[in-house]
Amino acid sequence: MTLHKLGHFHGGLHLDDHKAESTGQPIEPQPPGKELVLPLRQHIGHDAEAVVKPGDRVGKGQLIAQPFGDISAAIHAPTSGTVVAIEGRPFPHPSGLPVESIVIAADGEDRWAQGLPAPVADFRNLSAPELTQRIREAGIVGLGGAAFPTDAKLRIDKNSISTLVINGAECEPWITCDDMLMREQASGIVSGIAILQHILRPMETLIGIEDNKPEAIEAMRQALATARLDNTEVVVIPTLYPSGGEKQLIKILTGKEVPSGGLPLQIGVVCQNVGTTFAIFEAIVEGKPLIERVVTVTGDGVQQPHNLRLRIGTPISAAIAAAGGYVEGVAELLIGGPMMGVALPSDEVPLIKSANCILASTPANLRRHDAHPCIRCGECATVCPAQLLPQQLYWYARAKDHDKAEDHHLFDCIECGCCDYVCPSHIPLVQYYRHAKGEIRHLRKEKEKADRARIRHQLREERLAREKAERAARLAAKKAALEKKKAAKQDAGDTPDPKKDAIAAALERAKARKAALQQEKAGKTAQESNESP
Amino acid sequence: MKFQIDSSPHLPPVNDVSRLMRQVLLALLPGIAVASWYFGWGVLINLVVATLLAVGFEALILAIRRRPVVPVISDYSAVVTAWLLVLALPPLAPWWLLTIGVFFAIVVAKQLYGGLGYNPFNPAMVGYVVLLISFPATMTNWMAPTTLADFHLGLSDALRVTFTGEFPPGLDWDAITAATPLDTVRSGLRLGESISEMQDQIPFGLLAGEGWEWISIAFLLGGLWLLWKGIIDWQVPVGLLAALGLLSAVFSLYDPEYFSSPLYQLLGGGAMLGAFFIATDPVSGSTTPLGRLLFGIGVGTITFVIRSWGGYPDGIAFGVLLMNMAAPMIDEYTRPRVYGER
Repeated sequence: MTLHKLGHFHGGLHLDDHKAESTGQPIEPQPPGKELVLPLRQHIGHDAEAVVKPGDRVGKGQLIAQPFGDISAAIHAPTSGTVVAIEGRPFPHPSGLPVESIVIAADGEDRWAQGLPAPVADFRNLSAPELTQRIREAGIVGLGGAAFPTDAKLRIDKNSISTLVINGAECEPWITCDDMLMREQASGIVSGIAILQHILRPMETLIGIEDNKPEAIEAMRQALATARLDNTEVVVIPTLYPSGGEKQLIKILTGKEVPSGGLPLQIGVVCQNVGTTFAIFEAIVEGKPLIERVVTVTGDGVQQPHNLRLRIGTPISAAIAAAGGYVEGVAELLIGGPMMGVALPSDEVPLIKSANCILASTPANLRRHDAHPCIRCGECATVCPAQLLPQQLYWYARAKDHDKAEDHHLFDCIECGCCDYVCPSHIPLVQYYRHAKGEIRHLRKEKEKADRARIRHQLREERLAREKAERAARLAAKKAALEKKKAAKQDAGDTPDPKKDAIAAALERAKARKAALQQEKAGKTAQESNESP
Repeated sequence: MKFQIDSSPHLPPVNDVSRLMRQVLLALLPGIAVASWYFGWGVLINLVVATLLAVGFEALILAIRRRPVVPVISDYSAVVTAWLLVLALPPLAPWWLLTIGVFFAIVVAKQLYGGLGYNPFNPAMVGYVVLLISFPATMTNWMAPTTLADFHLGLSDALRVTFTGEFPPGLDWDAITAATPLDTVRSGLRLGESISEMQDQIPFGLLAGEGWEWISIAFLLGGLWLLWKGIIDWQVPVGLLAALGLLSAVFSLYDPEYFSSPLYQLLGGGAMLGAFFIATDPVSGSTTPLGRLLFGIGVGTITFVIRSWGGYPDGIAFGVLLMNMAAPMIDEYTRPRVYGER
């Protein structure tokens, strides 16, 4: 075992980890419920496109929505049953706004669909693009919480990368799904790592695990020893929130920093979460698409905190019921951990792929709303893992000074919540940053739209001017040609033209006839006017 | 089930302005105790009077501004300002001096700028400088430490002096006042005496002025406790004390008869109180790590310049106020490198 030299990131927090609450019992598989709701948007990127319609019967694992575009993810039926609706359903988001979802009524048979991709006996026989395609078809997204389509991270334009980082840090308090998965499924995770190595050809693979998970570390080390992967190492890192943040973990393990506004790949690093790695193993080696995941159901607001293996689409209320239900006086329900999780208005929303934790809290564990003025103590800057100046950002966000906020690297903020947590004035800092980011993105979009409209308008003006000029030119040319013809005619002079004489004669005749007609008419009118009185 | 919606992080806070301020007050106690030991009841009387005045003024102006009174009063920041001001004033300062000082600190320097968090200048030092400029004579009415004094003022005597200006029979200002160590050196130098000559005549104490040295050490201990608790950062005190110490070391080596020793500079005046409690005021100081170091160095340097060549015996207050003005610019130019920034 080599001793890996650790880098470190700025700031961070030592938090009560509350992991023991949910690691007492093994991961408990749960049968699918009666109704499963699968939002078409549960990943970063473009919504998936439904390929079934209401009334269709589906088998477990059957593709029900296909990815649309490069960054998108497929969705599969988590159990067998009937598609009963494709409609807007409440989504696990603070707004509770509906998202277009496929609703499946389970038939209780939980029968696998026909014609699913066969398990791959030896993935080494497949090429990197083939494996990546299989991963795409299995609907795998980052299961650490970000839900970025995994295949998009694996399509690299290089032959190899320097470091594959496997994220088993799980730094947020209360969450233990990765911990338990590593304890119970280490060999599967290691097989997933081998597949990733075959695709990415990294020089080294580093599995980062915080030192508060000794059982997981031991299990992963044993699985690695059995699998004998080259240049692959479990690196034990100090427990410090947010060491599981992608950028922070990369800094700890490699000493390198992801460029501001850039991607890890730019420094030759790809990072995958252990849960995602296990899903890759299941997809390739066992032929199972992503239809279930391990979820920690925990908090001081549930009776029996523990980890469940749940089908995607299961109602959160069912997950809570499986954990013994709420305790009296539960006040807040989160998806994710306490530092970065999102609050849900109701538990009648489905479990989505990115949901690693369901956290129910009593009032004792809630944030307070008694904000005082900022005293510029700088505690926020001390703990900021991005080494920002959070209180300066706060002033600029509050003043809507977007230029200054961007100049102070607002978009390098990872919204980890460290600054907010230590603020003695209890200012909801992260909320300010999130709002400012949203506003800036919106303004950018508006500006883009306005720019496009302006360019379109300009082009139109130019086109009109051009057409006008062309018309004028054509007219002028015609006129000139006519003049020339006329001149030529005059030059030709008095040569008698029979045609012209004939026309002139005809004109003369017509004139005479018209004059006669007019005379006749005038006489008639005079007569009439004389008679009229 | 319906649940309340809130933004992350979803945890109760670990820090509190009120708690921070109370810890600062706690850290001042050793220094206050030693100061009371050497200068008698006056220190405590002043603390009580100034505290009441500060809280009263703050409550009044908040009421006038139609702002919630109780949450602001209970943050203890007015009390900290009052205590810092008192610890810079002569122990037998009359009540009206305290009133004017606290008025300028709380009403003008703090609340008229918008209250805690919005004041560009250190309120206690604004109050102090107003008094120093307006009432120079009263401000030099320091007394000899009790260990050297041949008089004794009890609690009732001290109260009478503070509120009526009357002394017990047989005593008056001339009988009890004595120059502070820094003032002694300054006026001595003006009269053409050298440091070594003065050292024989006046009570230099063990390290830097009888009584004063121990008060400074007590403030140092309180300050170190704040550092250890993480209430203040090391940059300001280290910058201030290092600048003052190094400059005085260099100059006293160059001319030991004209410049007093670093020990005397660090322990003989308000350097420790200033370094750990006054210059560390986060609201009016720099906020970046490097900025705080520069801020401390600036205060230390200005203090040394004023003490050595200026018109006042001590220079902490002017150093702090001048650096307050520079703080926004310092912050702008000392931004730390952000993660991933090239």
